[in-house]
Amino acid sequence: MSLSVNLTTKENVLLVRLSGELDHHATENLKKEWQIAMKERNVKHVILNLEQLSFMDSSGLGVILGRYKEVMQLGGEMVVCSISPVVKRLFEMSGLFKIIRLEESEKFALISLGVAS
Amino acid sequence: MKNTMSVEFLSVSSNESFARVTVAAFVSQLDPTMDELTEIKTVVSEVVTNAIIHGYTNQTDQKIYISCTLSEDEVELIIQDDGVGIDNIDEATQPLYTSKPELERSGMGFTIMENFMDKVEITSSPNQGTTVKLIKQFKKSKTLCN
Repeated sequence: MSLSVNLTTKENVLLVRLSGELDHHATENLKKEWQIAMKERNVKHVILNLEQLSFMDSSGLGVILGRYKEVMQLGGEMVVCSISPVVKRLFEMSGLFKIIRLEESEKFALISLGVAS
Repeated sequence: MKNTMSVEFLSVSSNESFARVTVAAFVSQLDPTMDELTEIKTVVSEVVTNAIIHGYTNQTDQKIYISCTLSEDEVELIIQDDGVGIDNIDEATQPLYTSKPELERSGMGFTIMENFMDKVEITSSPNQGTTVKLIKQFKKSKTLCN
C-alpha cells in the first residue's frame, strides 16, 4: 500500500492528510508536494492529520521534522491530530511531542489555530 | 518446530514495503498480536532503508538479503547488505545520530530497533557490508483454547 497525500487550505492553515504507508520510499514525493503547497498557498501553520496513516517508520519522522523547521521559519505552528496508537509510539520515542502539539481531531486543531471549521 | 525462509532483492526503495510485508506474512504463522506484527514491520523497514541509503548510498543495482527463522515463540531475522559498512557502530546507534542530516534522516532507526526487538546485534566493518541480527520473543499463552 502506498501513501496518498491530500493537501487542503483553510485560511492560513495547510491541512495535510496522509493515508496509507509513510516510509523512505514515500518521503521524496511527500516532501516535494508539501513544500510546493506551503510556498504557493501562502500559509503559516500546518495541521497534520494522520487518522488514515496505517504505517510509519523513522523516515516519516525525518520528513515531518524537516517541515516543522520550515514552519518555524515562517513563525507558524505545526499541530498533529487523529494519530493512531502505533504512530503515536514513534512520536513519543523520538520526543516529537515536545515540539509538535497533539490535538484529538482536525476540528480541535483548527480551533486551536484560530480557524473556525 | 523450526521454519525458515529467505529472500533477496535489489536495493530499490519500493522494495522497503515488499520486505516488511513479506516478513510479516511469514511471521503471521506464529499468530502474533497486531502490535507485535507492526513492530516487526517497522524494524524491517528501518534496516532495509539503512541498507539502501547508507550501505549502498542509493545505488539501485545492489542486493539485500533477509533470512527469517521461526521457532515456537520467537522470530530471528538476519538482514544483510554488501555495502560500505559502518565505521563506528556505537556512534551510529546513538538516538538522533545521523550521518546524512541533509537527507532529513531522523536518526531514530536503531533506537526503534532496540525498542521493538528483544535483541539487536550489528556486525559491520568498512567495505565489508553490514549484518543486522534481530530477535523478538512473542508473548505466550494468548491463544489458549481449552
